[in-house]
Amino acid sequence: MLRLQCPVCGLRDETEFSYGGDATVQRPDMNETDLKVWHDFVFLRDNPRGAHLEYWHHVHGCRQWLVVERDTQSHEIGDARLAREVQG
Amino acid sequence: MRQPYRLASGGRIDRTQSFPIFLDGRRLKAHPGDTLASALLADGVSVVARSFKYHRPRGIYAAGVEEPNALVGLRSGARGEPNTLATMAEAFDGLDAVGQNAWPSVRFDVGAINQAFAPFLAAGFYYKTFMGPGKYLGFGLGGTTRFWMMCERFIRKAAGVGRAPGLSDPDVYEKVNAYCDVLVIGSGPAGLAAALTAGRTGARVILAEQDFAVGGSLLSAPVGSMSDQWLAETTAALQAMANVRIFSRTTVFGAYDSDVYGAVERVSDHLAVPENHQPRQRFWQIKTKQAVLATGAIERPMVFGGNDKPGVMLAGAVRTYLNRYAVLPARDVVVAVSNDSGYAVVRDLAKAGAMVTLVDARADVPDGLVSAVREVGVIVRLGHAVLSAVGSSRVIAAIVAPVDQEGRTTGAVQRIKCGLIAISGGWSPAVHLWSQRGPKPIYDAEKVCFVPEVGALATLRPVGAALGTGGTARAIAEGMAAGGNFDVSTEDNETDIAADILGDDWVRDIGSCWAFKASNGKARGKAFVDLQHDVTQSDIDLAHREGFRSIEHLKRYTTSGMAMDQGKLSNVSAIVRMAELRQLDIPEVGTTTFRPPYTPVSLGSIAGHRHGAHFHPVRQTPLHEWHLANGARMTDAGAWKRAWYYPEDDEGVREAYIREAAHVRQHVGIVDVSTLGKIAVQGPDAGEFLNRVYANGMASLKLGRLRYGVMLRDDGFVLDDGTVARLAENDYLVTTTTAQAGAVLAFMEELAQTAWRDLRVHVTSVTDQWAAAAVAGPRSRELLSAVTSGTDLSAEALPSGHFVAGMISGVGVRLHRMSYSGELAYEVFMPAKAAMAVWQAIIDAGGAYNLKPYGTEAMGALRIEKGHVAGPEIDGRTTLGDLGLEGMAKKYKPFVGSVLRQRPQLIEAGRPRLVGLKIEGDKGAQAGALLFGAHAPIIGHGEGLVTSTTYSPALSRNIALGLLANGPERMGERIGIVDLLSETRLFARVVSHHFYDPAGVRQNG
Repeated sequence: MLRLQCPVCGLRDETEFSYGGDATVQRPDMNETDLKVWHDFVFLRDNPRGAHLEYWHHVHGCRQWLVVERDTQSHEIGDARLAREVQG
Repeated sequence: MRQPYRLASGGRIDRTQSFPIFLDGRRLKAHPGDTLASALLADGVSVVARSFKYHRPRGIYAAGVEEPNALVGLRSGARGEPNTLATMAEAFDGLDAVGQNAWPSVRFDVGAINQAFAPFLAAGFYYKTFMGPGKYLGFGLGGTTRFWMMCERFIRKAAGVGRAPGLSDPDVYEKVNAYCDVLVIGSGPAGLAAALTAGRTGARVILAEQDFAVGGSLLSAPVGSMSDQWLAETTAALQAMANVRIFSRTTVFGAYDSDVYGAVERVSDHLAVPENHQPRQRFWQIKTKQAVLATGAIERPMVFGGNDKPGVMLAGAVRTYLNRYAVLPARDVVVAVSNDSGYAVVRDLAKAGAMVTLVDARADVPDGLVSAVREVGVIVRLGHAVLSAVGSSRVIAAIVAPVDQEGRTTGAVQRIKCGLIAISGGWSPAVHLWSQRGPKPIYDAEKVCFVPEVGALATLRPVGAALGTGGTARAIAEGMAAGGNFDVSTEDNETDIAADILGDDWVRDIGSCWAFKASNGKARGKAFVDLQHDVTQSDIDLAHREGFRSIEHLKRYTTSGMAMDQGKLSNVSAIVRMAELRQLDIPEVGTTTFRPPYTPVSLGSIAGHRHGAHFHPVRQTPLHEWHLANGARMTDAGAWKRAWYYPEDDEGVREAYIREAAHVRQHVGIVDVSTLGKIAVQGPDAGEFLNRVYANGMASLKLGRLRYGVMLRDDGFVLDDGTVARLAENDYLVTTTTAQAGAVLAFMEELAQTAWRDLRVHVTSVTDQWAAAAVAGPRSRELLSAVTSGTDLSAEALPSGHFVAGMISGVGVRLHRMSYSGELAYEVFMPAKAAMAVWQAIIDAGGAYNLKPYGTEAMGALRIEKGHVAGPEIDGRTTLGDLGLEGMAKKYKPFVGSVLRQRPQLIEAGRPRLVGLKIEGDKGAQAGALLFGAHAPIIGHGEGLVTSTTYSPALSRNIALGLLANGPERMGERIGIVDLLSETRLFARVVSHHFYDPAGVRQNG
């Protein structure tokens, strides 16, 4: 059981969230037409060990998409920010 | 009723009261404060169980959760519970226990004949015998497997554990969350001290104790010990603190990420029937900031011949039964130790009047320790060990001999008459919860045990015996330090309790050998390592000879450590033996992985209230009660309950849906479509947002209009379809299918919040705020015009693809001119709270127009006739082209999935594409049936499949939708529909999927 610090709702159980995948992957621009760029975005993911940024969706809470720091090895949870406020 | 082995005084039981308990129907006596085990010992019951494999008689071995033998069935009937530890079962009035794994009883067991076959039941026996011989017997591989499958159920029946009752549990189980700052696990001296200092800081503290009484090892000291006063004062101080909660009868079984702990509180297990609507058990999820691991240590048995016989018992357990329960199981006792802790047992036994022989495997023991026990009349033999236990259903003597440091006999053996052999081969800290969090314990050669690494986990601190710390005083000091969040330093915090406990420091000079054998190196008889799974020292040796030498292989090959006790007593002995055989240091052999649960957890407590009707939440539409009151048969659509059909007379579903569908085409019908997903998309950029989300254009959607829309996933496959209505300049209402409502909302939120953050748009679910009814049929306009005020519903005023606001029964509603059935139809959106009034008003007015309700089955029939795609076609593997919707895609503007839908595989010729199928004959097709050419051989997966199927009242025949390779080019072809499950084949003509009114004259009129 992980516990995530939702910036809106506070410290909440993992069961309130759904995992949203790698938050370091950049979605291509809407006008991008290169098949390979879209292919890589949709299908290719690294499997990093250690510190990682992930999307978590607070589906049973504020319904905000969050960018959460999680260590994939120790499961330590770090900072969580609203995705809409993350630069980049 | 006399209890021959209960002492006349002493103990922490309430002698003023007693009650009957039963073992296999035999009436026994117990006092409050007894466990089932202590009551059985007081009565002299020696054999309480039969062993797993050899059906050897087994007695009570321990006094806690580490008990490997004394598993009984508790209670009977629906409340029956197999595999309960007699040592943990609190005695109560009428307690009813049955022996397990024996026929006809544990005292006389036919299965004990297995002992005669013991040489054939060694490690790996089942694999070798039943998995292997097929090839020798000429069965071949299949034959071997069949042979094993035939034998397996007999083997499983003979192998021994209890049976779960086949009846539904009548009791209630609860799940509760608890939050605290400090969780202290274990209420021995270290745990109590930690809770005390933590409580004094004002922190919210939970102290969890698996026993029914707090005190841990202090309860095993003689009544009146100096520690009793400390225990009483500390407990009183804790009880007086409002910020401290003491959970007794509560086992913390699992340690999880983010400092979450799982615990089970046995609220009513000590009662025959739960009282006052209390649950039987309560499952706690404890969320804490810090935890203190004060779980103590588990004593290690010695390994020698017959070390499993009734009457062999852990020395610490002997002390517990003596001091806590005032039970002395035998007058003549041999105490065999390899460490100091047994000396306290010896002294207490002697004081209670036992004739004690102390056998210490160490040759060198401090004089003070030895003289202290000699003074009370104990015979002491240093450098000696027990080689074997003598006796069948109980111990009658011990064979003792001088031994060297490797445990080999070096001199003459001697037979010492005794009824009890108390053994202590050292201590294993209960590191389970700590290790569940990830780190592996490290081997401490001085303490001769695996200990947790200090500081490896910042928020879980082991203290006291769990850390390998010896001595009550030091345990208290460590507990105090941990509870107060100070650095662990023991020097300044010594208390004077130490003086009271002789030989309490088990760390000092512990013997490194606890397995004893004859001079030829062989055990004298069967020497058990894992009692619960009947694994002997020679099984470990066999595994080594046969190459299963890694500790993980050893475990699986011998099943050592895989029983219900998870090797609490056996793991270290198995590791040490393998290290010895491989001539490795113990750390090189390593440990197996600790996983939750620490002790078995009942399925009832895990399920909690989630069973039967409460297994899954149910969603009901605001019109649910109306459907029930009007005879609807309901069906499940995800979590939703929907009206399936409304039978008239004794109609079944088929008759009813055919009648309902035909009625809609001839007159008018009404169906509850409140389950549709409804999403408000709002903001200055809402139009642009929707134009990107939907494959078809939404930018041009005008105020007051609505439009069918289809959306893709990023990978180019179709995600969902639905409608978009533009309610105001920056305000849109989207509908989705019932099934995909959640997924579409989450995807829109993802796009808005993570990808297109520059768009000023907000998406909100309004599914529960709006109910909806579809009114369909040639007379729908007449009916709705009659019941609606404030608007004109004429074809000119409200053509297809438009909506208007109106009033029905004084309630503001919106009428969407949208048809799913292919008839003239409207969707009436109404506020959920007023939905029943609006629906009833339409029903009341409908009498004049022959209005009838219809259910989801008829709705499906109508949409198949019309050729609309739904869930069976939009199955996550179909493209716009596959569904005949290619023309909807925007040509020049990008949308979600617009690039990847052009992947070569998604546009290649020959993909199965949507067709209609007119089926020959009276029989309908099965959805999922495969399509083959009419004369093609039935090999492989065919050329496509049937997706949706119905009887069509409009066409008076069975029809279906399907996906067929090159389907649109094969109109008129005769095709075979093959259902391999029922082994039937039908034939059909390939036609357009628009079976009914392809020009849309009826719906657009």
